[in-house]
Amino acid sequence: MLRPRIIPCLLVQNGGLVKTVGFQNPKYVGDPINAVKIFNEKEVDELMVLDIDATNRHTGPNFDLIRKLAVECRMPFCYGGGVTTLDQAKKIINLGAEKVAISSAALLNTSLLSEIGLSIGKQSIAVVLDVRKKKKLFGDTLYEIYINNGNTKLNVNLIDFVNELNKIGIGELVLNSIDNDGEMKGYDFDLIDLVRKNTDFPLTVVGGAGSLSDFKDLFDRYRIMGAAAGSFFVFKGKFRAVLISYPTKEEILTLYKTI
Amino acid sequence: MLSIINYGSGNVRAIGNIYDNLNIKYQIVDSVKDFSRETDKIILPGVGAFDETMNNLNRSGFRELLEKKVLVDNIPVLGICVGMQILALGSEEGSLEGLGWISGTVKKFDVSKLNFQPKIPHLGWNSVKSVNNSKLFKDVDLNTGFYFIHSYFFECFNSSDILTSTDYGETFTSSVQHSNIFGTQFHPEKSHSNGIQLLNNFYNI
Repeated sequence: MLRPRIIPCLLVQNGGLVKTVGFQNPKYVGDPINAVKIFNEKEVDELMVLDIDATNRHTGPNFDLIRKLAVECRMPFCYGGGVTTLDQAKKIINLGAEKVAISSAALLNTSLLSEIGLSIGKQSIAVVLDVRKKKKLFGDTLYEIYINNGNTKLNVNLIDFVNELNKIGIGELVLNSIDNDGEMKGYDFDLIDLVRKNTDFPLTVVGGAGSLSDFKDLFDRYRIMGAAAGSFFVFKGKFRAVLISYPTKEEILTLYKTI
Repeated sequence: MLSIINYGSGNVRAIGNIYDNLNIKYQIVDSVKDFSRETDKIILPGVGAFDETMNNLNRSGFRELLEKKVLVDNIPVLGICVGMQILALGSEEGSLEGLGWISGTVKKFDVSKLNFQPKIPHLGWNSVKSVNNSKLFKDVDLNTGFYFIHSYFFECFNSSDILTSTDYGETFTSSVQHSNIFGTQFHPEKSHSNGIQLLNNFYNI
């Protein structure tokens, strides 16, 4: 039976592994290659690595790091950060990554996605959307898309953009809740509902998972969903001690209904 | 020598990385003239659309070479994902003929019984069930299974060619073998210890 995917989402800054809260205050949590070795041992479903300052550095993707990660990874591996051209995307796939994650560049230039789709296949494209909730005066909730680590708001309507992605065709949408990042209080189901009902391509959500029951709630609601998380896999206890972990096979079996 | 055919379809590096870790010598073959005479195993990766994959194989000149090595010299070959699908006679996905090395055709999933989104592609980890025994699955944990990503599947005409089946709305063939010709719909190069075991098994066949 097909199992829902549980995906550690690792953030990289200056070559080190970090974890943020609300996209702020990156805390150093270790060495990325070492983390991949541990996640190999734990046989994680997939792995996502996002370089959070590659776009702002304007230096493009760190191919040396990607090569080292790809050599280690024994699971599907998605890399994102600073990808703005087809050649960069090709190079990342040729190094052994399964998917290339694109955020700012996809939002500013959707034709890049079509180009990559034609060249290396739609299934290799993951589009990451960083989304922040905005409460309107009379109850309605609005979701706004940000780039540059949550610093720049884009005048792009979330559902319009998802519809555009439907037309272009991509391998996966990674929906990242800035409000819930690092809070470990559960996923934002309003946001996920909104996007899920507007598209039929694979969806991975990140932002908010803090316990096994958060994953269970997600799988109860959608059955199949990519459940990504950062803090949950790198912190333990209320003092957020750094300890890399992943649910055991037995624990994972309790998280979804076998139908 | 194990040769991984790089004809512009599929993640050859990821397969190479696994054999590096196993300390097994291999060669990534970029063109027909680079193909080593010492080759005794061939891996045929595949990602993307059926016709595009067949076009790449035909254009690169690899098709002729592989037909001689596999069908005449009987060198074991392992097709992965679309690399397995092109072993069939043809596909609903495209209009080109497949290699036709294993009797079967490639069809789109009937997802009417699935009650979740997305139904297509079949994406993620799924278990496999043994249909016919093969050395390819020696010491593999069938329940843990493998990583899949595909929208079409191989429908095998001879049940004796089916190694494993997998459930996704219906039961489909997830791996095949006909004498020296092997295929897996899943990605062993992305499937942790099971995948490493399977790729090691193939090398030792």
